[in-house]
Parts: sequence; structure tokens; C-alpha cells
Amino acid sequence: MASGFKITPEHIALMKDVLIEHVPHAKALGMNVVNAAPNEAWLAVPYDEKLVGNPETGVIHGGVITSLLDNACGIAVQLALPERMSIATLDLRIDYMKPATPKLDLVAHTHCYKVTTNIAFVRGTAYHIDENDPIATCVGTFMLAANRTMPMPMTPEAAAEALAMLAQKKDGGQ
Amino acid sequence: MSEDTKAPDIDALMQAIPYARFLGIRIDQRGNEITTVLQFSQKLIGNPVLPALHGGVIGAFLETTAIAQLAFEFSGGELPKPIGLTIDYLRSGRPVDTYGRAEITKQGRRVATVRAEAWQDDRTRPIAAAHGHFLLKAADEPADK
Repeated sequence: MASGFKITPEHIALMKDVLIEHVPHAKALGMNVVNAAPNEAWLAVPYDEKLVGNPETGVIHGGVITSLLDNACGIAVQLALPERMSIATLDLRIDYMKPATPKLDLVAHTHCYKVTTNIAFVRGTAYHIDENDPIATCVGTFMLAANRTMPMPMTPEAAAEALAMLAQKKDGGQ
Repeated sequence: MSEDTKAPDIDALMQAIPYARFLGIRIDQRGNEITTVLQFSQKLIGNPVLPALHGGVIGAFLETTAIAQLAFEFSGGELPKPIGLTIDYLRSGRPVDTYGRAEITKQGRRVATVRAEAWQDDRTRPIAAAHGHFLLKAADEPADK
């Protein structure tokens, strides 16, 4: 199911603003969209001491790579769909090839290679500079139209509103 | 573990990991049982509309749960290194505290196989499950580092 979706620089800018700026966890990790194409996404997480998993070596925790790959996979799926819809990760398998190198940024390149009526299939690689020298690879499946709620907000206004709603719920002693 | 050896303090070990502190993971250690607790905070949200925890956070939490269990059962060694992890997302993670338990299904000399599960209010309704392989000794690292 190929999508006729054309990625423009404006679209990438919008994704940077909405999909990343308004996903609290992505923001907390300093995640950013580097590039995008139909069915494909490139995201990065800059090196940060607070993300270290082994205090002796300074190597980033595998969980950061999981978050980066999961988010990048989700965006690749969104970029493969003919229309906006809610998606949910069904499963994600990650293989760790080598430890990340301290002080270097992490990059993930993901590719949604098949979309069916209900499921999207995606794979990805996490690396520093050379994609052929991977830190980790992943393969995942996403459920399409996963729930009856709205999809991820697609305008900055909608995203801001969703965040305000969340803050309000929290204040209400939820 | 024999009675005369003191149980290792896994919470102290985990608090020494910057990323575990960043996520807000603490360890509830009762006798020989380890429960990991992911304290909810706003920065763990992946979908602000639902709202739901970020899938990566849940994966990282399950990985940490597995590592905590391995560190408990093989105290004294280095932190085990993940080789591969498969995460099944079963329900969306609501904006509340999440708990985790792991079980070592097979322990080899170099590699251990671990299953981990995460739940919120009801343990019989897990939000995610994972199974993975972990390298127990750094000397046997597959990458030629």
C-alpha cells in the first residue's frame, strides 16, 4: 500500500515541532527529527550524562536506544500511512550489536516497509555516524487505528491543548 | 543464595545508574523478591492525548527490571549487558506508577534468558511483557571492542 504522501521541508518542520516537541518523553531525552521521507524517518538523541546506563564506562543505557527506535519507528509508520490515524506499538524486538560510544550522539534510521489493513511493519537501525556499523537494530509491528481516541495531534495548537488537558488531569488529583 | 551472605542492595546499585534515576525507577526489595517501581512523572508520556506512557519508557523499564533481577541473583559481577530484547505491548500505559517483576528462565554460563512483566493497578492485567538475552560477563562481549 504505497502512499502518495509527499514530504516537504514544511512537513519535516511540523514533525519536529509537533511529534517531538509535544511528546514529553521525546523532549525529555532531547530527541529531534533529523530527516524524513515517505515511509522513513531519521531521529537523533544527543549524548547526555543523565542517560548513562553504566556509570563506570559512561555508556548510554539501552533503554534510551529503545525509546529512540520506538519513536522513530512510530514516525516512519505515520509517514507510510495514507491518512492520519492513531497507532500503537504491538511489539518491538531490539538486538544490541555493540555498546554506544560515550560522548557521541545517537541516530536512528527507520523504515516502514509494509502496511496492511490493520498492521504496519517497520525496521530500524541505531548508530553514531555510519549506518553500516550499527549499535542496535530493531524490527517492530504497529497496530493501526489502535484506539478510538484522536490520533497524535497534528497541529501545534492541538498538541498544546492536549498537553494542557494532561496537566489539568494531573492537578485534579488523578 | 545461602543464608549467611547478605542480600545485595539492588536499589543502591540502581540509584547509581543515571538513566534509572532519570526515569524514576526504584527497587522494592523484600527478602528474595525484587519489584521494580516506575514512579509516574510527566516526562514519561509518549502520547499526551490518551495520555499514555512512551513505549520506549516501558521497554527501558522492562530491561531495567531484568537487569535488577540478574544483578540480585549474580551479585558481585558487572552489570549484565543486553543482547536482545523483545517487548510485547499489551495495554496502553496509563499515567500512574508501574511495577515490574522479572524471572530468569534459563541461566547459562555466559548468557541468561529473562522474562519480565510490567503492570499497573492489577497484576493480572499486564501492560507489557518482554523476554531477552543478557550477557553475564563483559569478557565475552560479541563486539570486538
